Amino acid sequence: MPEPTQRLWLERSRLQQLLDSLGERGFEVHGPVVRDGALVLAPVRAVEELAVGWRESQAPGRYRIEQSGSERVFDVVNGPGSLKPFVFAAREPLIRVEMDGPGGGFRAHATLPEERAVAVVGVRACDLAALAVQDRVFLHDRYPDPYYAARRRGLFLVAVSCTRSASTCFCTSLDTGPEATTGFDVALSELEGGFVARAGSPAGEDLLAELALPEAPAETCVAERRALDACAEAMPRKLDPSDLPELLYDNLDHPRWDDVAERCLSCGNCTQVCPTCFCHDERDEPSLDSGHSLRVREWDSCFSLEHSYLHGMQVRSRIRDRYRQWLMHKLATWIDQFGSSGCVGCGRCISWCPVGIDLTQEVAALRERSA
Amino acid sequence: MSASASEAGYLLPEPAEIVEKRTYGSDIHAYRLRLCDPSARPRFDFMPGQFNMVYAPGVGEVAISISSDPDDEDLEHTIRIVGRVTRVIERLQVGDVLGLRGPYGHGWPLQEARWRDVLVVTGGLGCAPVTGAIDYMFRRRASYGRISILHGVKKPTDLVHRERFEAWRREPNCYVGLTSDTPERSWRDRVGVVTELFEEVEIDLDLTVVFMCGPEVMIRFAARILERRGVPASRIFVSMERNMKCAVGLCGHCQFGPEFVCKDGPIFSMPRIARFYGVRGL
Repeated sequence: MPEPTQRLWLERSRLQQLLDSLGERGFEVHGPVVRDGALVLAPVRAVEELAVGWRESQAPGRYRIEQSGSERVFDVVNGPGSLKPFVFAAREPLIRVEMDGPGGGFRAHATLPEERAVAVVGVRACDLAALAVQDRVFLHDRYPDPYYAARRRGLFLVAVSCTRSASTCFCTSLDTGPEATTGFDVALSELEGGFVARAGSPAGEDLLAELALPEAPAETCVAERRALDACAEAMPRKLDPSDLPELLYDNLDHPRWDDVAERCLSCGNCTQVCPTCFCHDERDEPSLDSGHSLRVREWDSCFSLEHSYLHGMQVRSRIRDRYRQWLMHKLATWIDQFGSSGCVGCGRCISWCPVGIDLTQEVAALRERSA
Repeated sequence: MSASASEAGYLLPEPAEIVEKRTYGSDIHAYRLRLCDPSARPRFDFMPGQFNMVYAPGVGEVAISISSDPDDEDLEHTIRIVGRVTRVIERLQVGDVLGLRGPYGHGWPLQEARWRDVLVVTGGLGCAPVTGAIDYMFRRRASYGRISILHGVKKPTDLVHRERFEAWRREPNCYVGLTSDTPERSWRDRVGVVTELFEEVEIDLDLTVVFMCGPEVMIRFAARILERRGVPASRIFVSMERNMKCAVGLCGHCQFGPEFVCKDGPIFSMPRIARFYGVRGL
């Protein structure tokens, strides 16, 4: 059995064997595929279904994907979807209540999801970091969430360290990438002709042992190091976290909040693509005959007016209030609440913002004229 | 039940029968509730200031503070009719069944306040989160020093619990001050805002603990005046309200700066929230 840190060589032609082994182990395998002009994580059986040869260009308010003809499987950095829906369902029933009629008794029971073994191939370091952030929120707080826990238990993660970044990426600023260093079962780095592979868990070791891969030659490991370093070096976007959370706490009335409110549509796209945003609504959905009711939770957004509803009013009635809530939660109050930043530097909120609001620029603007 | 299903137990509303319903004014009802399964009662042990999620089956939940005494077998919730869920609860009568899950949050620091003077400052309708604490102290009268209760309303008809204030007024070593922003012929108490009543109470700066509940603007002004008079901010406690859905710090709605009002509050000491208190739109 290989040592956990041992680097192995997986020829590109053998990637299918890795997918097959996962399938044989009972995993429903998901990977990055191109659908409707963007990268999504979807069920896959064959390597050809993956986003082979595709590359994206991302910029504030812009996401385009095109075929380069290359053999590389994991050149697209990311799409709007992260690991979030695999563990925190966009919509799910929490409890079912059987009712005896108006004013009568009732019986409630939990509707926990069936545990499924799901393997996700092609997970980026920023999304592994986001999963760790979500684990802290959902599993390691006062009330661990059994719905999240059930999905999380069945997850097997094949990470891909980034050798390419999008222009919207800033993981190096938050120390979450581009290299996958923790939180995976298997990590790959894509080079010419194949992948450097290493295990990060006993289950990952077991999988790689089955493939009986040769050790990666030293020069290949050097090439991997170079590629990862070059990706980190080339990352153009930066977010300086050194004065967070205080920078935001000291600038609650900064004029920049009005400035960004002029541009922000309050659509909530940023919260839907964010791999860590966890706000959700809970409501009862009774059957037509009122015989039973489902308590359903569904992703919500702090950009909706209802989010801050209180006694017939909205606490955060202005867009500046809602943008400030979102940015302050991501970068400041999250640190107080959970001991880490709520932002992992994936840049999705920048690309998928219809008006191209870039949080790194908003933070820089707050700092420029800080109180 | 599997191990993981019991992990979700805290999400399940417990059926409770309405054994008494009292109505105050036009839109406030106090419901005395008895758990249908009496063996569940220990799980509902609480301190005044904590709240339960009150469930109208098939409709939804609302966060309501518990207004009964912790030693009572029954649990009481005083509910103002303001929205979709409370309008359904309003129609329920004695014998009907509601759901309860809780208790959630932290209550008033009633242990820490023992052998001290307590100044209660409230405003607006109901002041339900603090009435349970006042009753708690009077039922354990020897453990508390002077109790001063200052309550302000916008207009005299907003005072829905006058008989409670009159009863407290008759207690020894207690001062009750009532004030209304707008006068009316029948109003024999003071006219003005609640902070004007501070002139009428003696505050032992070394002993006094302050409990406040009401509109944020009132609390902000009151806290400022009290701190100026020398009451340490660390002895001023405030009840906060925000939108609540899950009550377990996960749905995100009740966030107030770094705090989740449901699990970190709803009672906060002033220094903990002072930095954000009164900031518009937070």
